[in-house]
Amino acid sequence: MLTGLTLTEARAGLEARKFSARELAQAHLDAIGRLNKQLNAYITVLPEQDVLAAADAADARYTKGEARLMDGLPVGVKDLFCTKGVKTTAASKMLANFVPPYESSVTARLLDAGSVFLGKTNLDEFAMGSANITSAFGSVLNPWKRQGDDAALVPGGSSGGSAAAVAAGLALAATGTDTGGSIRQPAAFCGIVGLKPTYGRCSRWGTIAFASSLDQAGPMTRSVADAGLMLEAMAGFDEKDSTSSNRPVPEFSKAVGKSVKGLRVGIPAEYRAPGMPEEIAKMWEQGIAWLREAGCEVVDVSLPHTKYGLATYYIIAPAECSSNLARYDGIRFGERKDAASLDGIYERTRAEGFGPEVRNRILMGTYVLSAGYYDAYYLKAQKVRTLIKRDFVQAFEQVDVLLTPTAPSAAFAQGENMDDPVQMYLNDIFTVPASMAGVPALSVPVGLDSKGLPLGLQIIGRHFDEETVLSVGGALEAAAGFAHKPTLHAEAGV
Amino acid sequence: MSLDLATTRRIAKLARIGLEDAELETVRQKLDGILGWVDQLSEVDVEGVPPMVGTETEAQRQREDVVTDGNCRDAILSCAPEKSGPFYTVPKVVE
Repeated sequence: MLTGLTLTEARAGLEARKFSARELAQAHLDAIGRLNKQLNAYITVLPEQDVLAAADAADARYTKGEARLMDGLPVGVKDLFCTKGVKTTAASKMLANFVPPYESSVTARLLDAGSVFLGKTNLDEFAMGSANITSAFGSVLNPWKRQGDDAALVPGGSSGGSAAAVAAGLALAATGTDTGGSIRQPAAFCGIVGLKPTYGRCSRWGTIAFASSLDQAGPMTRSVADAGLMLEAMAGFDEKDSTSSNRPVPEFSKAVGKSVKGLRVGIPAEYRAPGMPEEIAKMWEQGIAWLREAGCEVVDVSLPHTKYGLATYYIIAPAECSSNLARYDGIRFGERKDAASLDGIYERTRAEGFGPEVRNRILMGTYVLSAGYYDAYYLKAQKVRTLIKRDFVQAFEQVDVLLTPTAPSAAFAQGENMDDPVQMYLNDIFTVPASMAGVPALSVPVGLDSKGLPLGLQIIGRHFDEETVLSVGGALEAAAGFAHKPTLHAEAGV
Repeated sequence: MSLDLATTRRIAKLARIGLEDAELETVRQKLDGILGWVDQLSEVDVEGVPPMVGTETEAQRQREDVVTDGNCRDAILSCAPEKSGPFYTVPKVVE
């Protein structure tokens, strides 16, 4: 079935002309037509004729033998990437009708590589959340269900629409962005692969900003090799982003399948969080055993400042968010609420345009940056961030990668963890430290818990060493042989 | 240190988010909870530790001081919620 392929399989099928890009695109549009109402994975689906026209162009290139890296591959785009002439909302009322007159650098690269965009995927408002429940366009449903229980589960967040779309067969792959775990945690909750590259690997230009020193785009896919392939298409130097790296982009997909024999895998003691569910701990042990069997050497390491990661994040990210979101003033773009004075326009526009979680984060950020509190909160957090990064740099003097769980639980039900923001923030306890340090990290689905829900393990690597991360991820994927499908899936019952 | 309502009101003013009094109290409680939780950082010794600015993976670079973009006034104005000719419009701010 065309909607169940990996990017790599689909690329090979197109190359061999076993099916056309038009058939592949049509199969996905049909699947979206059947399932999107239920899943709410897409905020905007592109017009059928535009999708098919892009597919036809790809077919023409295959016929001429000029096919590009991602030619004809149908993908979803997180609705945080500006797409020229296509509504881009950031899942906020503030941008409900925003049509960017420009294309983000990452999506421009994907288009240049021949990708066929299907639509814009749902997310937490301005990428702030871990359950995809803060979207102004409604929650996303996780396509997975607990065994014998119809409760609606969250897909994780913030890239929840991308994760649900890839898991359910509504896209072969999708872009995500990760600020504190927004690619990796939803990937784990939906049983797919998610890669947050090194900070600087993918340009941030044209991606709606949340926390600029942390935001990083990355691929969400069905296999580790696919993550490598798609990252290759997304990554590269961009003059328009002052933090973009000008290092060469390796052929990432070739890293998968390379022997991991002799690699040193660190197990950070501090990630054995008190109260970690037995099943998560067991899966982690299993992952360690698999990598040992693959010839890796397993080493105990210490990242002593891990426990301060989340608190540091929840000062730095809101601070940057309050600065970045100051641009939504009701004057230059977005929605406007009228008032008698200019300040009145600002205050009403921002009170009504932002949802409660975004407002709280802006206010938190404004507070920690305000006179009298800056040193105690923001400057202090920046210093602790130095210590967190040093922990990683020192650990990577002893080991090549780190192996940890991706999230402290499997997907939870809508309505759980909702009242106390700190409880919700704890979802990112294992993903935030790598974001703070700027190092690459990959989530790989490795098994199901006793209720039949997917669990992921995370591989963290050195700055700009995505290749080793992908090699180890490939070894883990091969050992785990995760082939489970969610309850709601384009191929279920067809 | 707990957050009071007057400070919450001042923060909302600084952030230009217009909140009613009842909303301010809800926000105060949420922020107070988060601030209490992040206070755990006070136990970390950061004596002599420099602040981390960005992720410090790339050095700052310079480019030629030339125009690289522009001539797109209409495209930019196309995003404005209200405009008049080639201008953004706002209520009168100077008496």
